[in-house]
Amino acid sequence: MTKTVALQHVAHARSGDKGNTSNIAVFAYDAALYPLLKDQLTAERFKTFYGGAITGPVLRYEVDNIEALNFVCHGALGGGVSRSLSLDNYGKALSSAVLGFPIEVPDDLFPLLRGHPAA
Amino acid sequence: MSKTLRIGSGSAWWGDRVEPAALNAARGDLDFLCFETMAEATISAAQVRARRDPSFPGYDTYLDDRMRAVLPACMKRGTRIVSNQGWVNPDGAAQRIVELLRELGITGVKVAAVNGSIITDRVLELTDTILESGAPTATLGNSLISAEAYLGAEPIVEALDAGAQIVVTGRVADPSLFLAPMMHSFGWTADQYELLGAGNGIGHLMECGAQVTGGYFSDPGFKDVPEPWNFGFPIAEVEADGTAVITKTPGSGGAVTLATVKEQMLYEVHDPANYLTPDVVVDFTTARLEQEGPDRVRVTGLTGKPRTPTLKVSMGCTEGFIGEDMFFYAGPGALRRAQLAKKVLEERFKIVKLDAEDIRIDFLGLNAIHGAATPADAPEPYEIAVRVAARTRTREEAAKVGREVDGMAVSGIAHTGKRVPHQERFREVIGVWSTLAPRTAVPATVRYFES
Repeated sequence: MTKTVALQHVAHARSGDKGNTSNIAVFAYDAALYPLLKDQLTAERFKTFYGGAITGPVLRYEVDNIEALNFVCHGALGGGVSRSLSLDNYGKALSSAVLGFPIEVPDDLFPLLRGHPAA
Repeated sequence: MSKTLRIGSGSAWWGDRVEPAALNAARGDLDFLCFETMAEATISAAQVRARRDPSFPGYDTYLDDRMRAVLPACMKRGTRIVSNQGWVNPDGAAQRIVELLRELGITGVKVAAVNGSIITDRVLELTDTILESGAPTATLGNSLISAEAYLGAEPIVEALDAGAQIVVTGRVADPSLFLAPMMHSFGWTADQYELLGAGNGIGHLMECGAQVTGGYFSDPGFKDVPEPWNFGFPIAEVEADGTAVITKTPGSGGAVTLATVKEQMLYEVHDPANYLTPDVVVDFTTARLEQEGPDRVRVTGLTGKPRTPTLKVSMGCTEGFIGEDMFFYAGPGALRRAQLAKKVLEERFKIVKLDAEDIRIDFLGLNAIHGAATPADAPEPYEIAVRVAARTRTREEAAKVGREVDGMAVSGIAHTGKRVPHQERFREVIGVWSTLAPRTAVPATVRYFES
């Protein structure tokens, strides 16, 4: 059996800026949760989840040694940090949106979830 | 066997706190204290300011604060300082540091200035293509304010080898500020790319200061760290083989954990196997992390590949102005009033013929931060700020944004909250573009001063 939970219970995230590109890295809270991210949080689903907020391609790097996925999002910073009309022009808060991404978690992994009532 | 090298962070950007630098100097038992004080547009903004304000010395505006906070402890302990606070005037910064040392009665200290990163006068000859757009750099034409190459660790190593106690630079790649002490102390050479990769990987973990000790990290109930009002800056205990322990100032708040180190490892990184720096291409994908004690994470396995023949160049350009202002709604119906206010502004901008390259009207409280990524079913907030911004070619057009928000005071709609404007509501835009220049065309020079 599986249940769907928000990504915030499975992983933490941080974003960084370079020009008009934001990298949003997602880190599994436990090595046993990492395969769920790899399977379910594809580059395509990631981009769809961010809607029109990312205008260019999204590349996904698998960083197995630290159980992380690095999403390089082109066209995510309103034309670039310096010319962006976005209030958060560095996109420092952009990484928090993905924490709402729905992830299906098998029941036996529930004890590994962070901040979840069923953990 | 060489001794462990203790390298501390003193700042991660221009606006960073000064007090943790003082604590690191006093309690960190550091061999080196490194300051990073620049953002992408720092050099361009400094050039613009220097043109308009002849009294602006062209280096970090907090140079005095930072140096006064750390010099007594550093000079007492023998801690050497590497800093990019020189901005567009490393010589001036070095001379000012000499003055500060003399005020403290400290004489005989050698201070080096690393120059050579600014290539504004020849950037169009040295470069071809703008990396972000693919257009020729020549198309920037008269909009170009300044161009600077990101230098590597080598000129800093030269200064340290020559006995400088303090080295102050212009633009240098952030991790290289930390690599230089390792190259100097361990005798690593420019062709030892595996060691340099490890060193710049460690430098990358250190360059954002508190971001590896619990800053930009806490999330209540999910990721808690002690005393998030009292972060210590990081310390790297580096061995000659390129392994290190990341820790922090004793007695400070925050934490160094696997999670804080992982988050910082990928911060501003694109391909983790190929992180380009002037000294080496860093590979993070072979790194191994181990929590070896409280606030101590051992980092091993970092490596690197030979450096590229080019240096990254940042080019700052004038790109017009941004006008920006906001006003407020609250209570039942806040969102419907905000939506009508948005419509009013859109119509007003047509009436006053606002000539803008881009306009954005957001509802802060609902969608101003995540924009199009805001979920369609996000709940209606109790309070909303309507925030409007427009990018224009001229100052006059940008000023229209604030003037139209003024009109919302008595000619707006019910329950509009508004501030009385006390400052200009437009600012100049300095756009930053990148390109590559052959490294051989950007020689650095080192100049020495003594207190």
